[in-house]
Amino acid sequence: MSGFIAELRKNKILFLMIAPVLVFFVVFSYFPMVGVYYAFTNYNFDGGLFGSPFVGMQNFKFLYESGALFSLTKNTVLYNLAFIFIGNLLQIVCAIFLSELTGKWFKKTTQSIMFLPFFISFVLVGAFVFNLFNTETGVINALLKQLGMHTYDFYMNTEPWKYIIVFFNVWKGLGYGTVIYLAAIMSISDEYHEAAKIDGANIFHRIRYITIPMLVPTFILLILLSLGGILKGQFDLFYQIIGSNGMLYETTDIIDTYVYRSLAVNFDIGMGTAAGLYQSFFGFVLIMSVNWIIKKTREDYALF
Amino acid sequence: MKIRTERSTLLFNIVGYVVISILSLLCLLPFWLIISGSFSSEAEIVRDGFKIFPSEFTFSAYQSVFSNPQQIFKAYLVSISLTAVGTLLGLFFISMAGYVLSRKDFKYRNSLAFFIYFTTLFSGGMIPWYILIVKYLDWKDSYLALLVPMMIGAWNIILMKNFMKSIPESIVESAKIDGAGEFTIYSKLVLPLSTPGLATIGLFLGLAYWNDWFSANIFITTEAKYPLQFLLYKILASAAVLKTSVAANLSADFKPPTESLKMAVAIVVTGPIIFLYPFLQRYFVKGLTIGAVKG
Repeated sequence: MSGFIAELRKNKILFLMIAPVLVFFVVFSYFPMVGVYYAFTNYNFDGGLFGSPFVGMQNFKFLYESGALFSLTKNTVLYNLAFIFIGNLLQIVCAIFLSELTGKWFKKTTQSIMFLPFFISFVLVGAFVFNLFNTETGVINALLKQLGMHTYDFYMNTEPWKYIIVFFNVWKGLGYGTVIYLAAIMSISDEYHEAAKIDGANIFHRIRYITIPMLVPTFILLILLSLGGILKGQFDLFYQIIGSNGMLYETTDIIDTYVYRSLAVNFDIGMGTAAGLYQSFFGFVLIMSVNWIIKKTREDYALF
Repeated sequence: MKIRTERSTLLFNIVGYVVISILSLLCLLPFWLIISGSFSSEAEIVRDGFKIFPSEFTFSAYQSVFSNPQQIFKAYLVSISLTAVGTLLGLFFISMAGYVLSRKDFKYRNSLAFFIYFTTLFSGGMIPWYILIVKYLDWKDSYLALLVPMMIGAWNIILMKNFMKSIPESIVESAKIDGAGEFTIYSKLVLPLSTPGLATIGLFLGLAYWNDWFSANIFITTEAKYPLQFLLYKILASAAVLKTSVAANLSADFKPPTESLKMAVAIVVTGPIIFLYPFLQRYFVKGLTIGAVKG
């Protein structure tokens, strides 16, 4: 302890410089951790944190027995898996094409276009979805009408939304991921390709036997990192696309949208906090496991 | 042999150009559809729906938007102020913390770094966080709720620390021998050398503030305080009506253009990002390739 005080005195300015950030995390991250206690109460606003009746594991029990926990977890995990694998594969394909094609202007332009969705807000994604799929005036139904076909009521059918959600997620992240993979490709030494060319390898051989193997470490690292966050949902994406359309929850409700509704629609603080705590706790276990695996195999890539 | 290699390259190029072109078109298509919708006439949209090319080209939706632009100007002002103040303050605190954590002779840097990093591993969840801000800080309907909670993120601090680690230690040491204080070393020596890092993190922060609609959704109740994205959200959801002079001057049962207006508002709100885009993208790509893969 005296060592700490001496250190504090010696590096007074350094401590002062990092103090605002530490205070910030104490207030906005560590203090709310105390609030996970809400998960074990039947919260009411007047009672507050410790004045609300304690109900033990009842909220978790309800979440489990009502089947909500299972279906929320299933949706969250499956969507994330689709995002991760389809997203990464498309990004790799784009990065490989962009690294080998020769048209400079073409590459620059298309790369800029593909990066554009990353910069726009999810509200605009919501506008796209409205423009494309709404029943009365949406582009798709307008086209169907023009062709003399029956219109399709997207808001009454759960099936298409899975693909719409995955599409817009992949769409938004394509340019960003392509840049990451392109950087990894650029770091491959030219000598490998030159040597392969001299040995008579064509472009497909070079991609198959040089580029792809060299991308595998980046790919695995990015996949593992994403797997650690597989219980975290993309609230913005789901909420802007689905909104409060209860018809579609069965296949599109994820933990984050459920927690949000508990807070903003159902006012069930205890239940919402319980779902959030479940997500945080197992998310923590997951990321620790992932880090353990990385540490076992490639120590230098470990998170901590 | 020679011909065969050329043939495979040709095949690769054809497939490559086709695939990349299709993906690029898919990335552009939604933007195009919104633009097309914003230039369509309301009657046409109601009759035929949104089209890929409007058959009657009109500026009427934009005329409505700009006939009484106070509401959008106000929202622009809110968003610009929040983005500017939030990004500058955030960069200041993040870079100071990054500097302290990058100092190898600072004894507690590892424990403090973990204290910060831990917040990415475990959290109390959204609801305790919300109750803290509304009940204990009493920031409901306050700009503070839009500004402060998203200012500092653990990842940005870690990224900043990694950027600053690459600055040669000898610079800091020689300044110390010359008697410079810690804050002077940070502000006069380290910050100017960290501009790529500051630019990248500043862009991340600025983009997050500019595109934020969620904070307003849960914290703001007064319509005059809406930031831009949230105003757009409300207009799209038909929960707020854009106050146009057309709607204000005419009788209650007059129906102002709504569908094309929604599209025009989306364009007006997103426009600046598109204009700044070439600049933004250049810095982003640079920053990403320097630091983000594994700093």
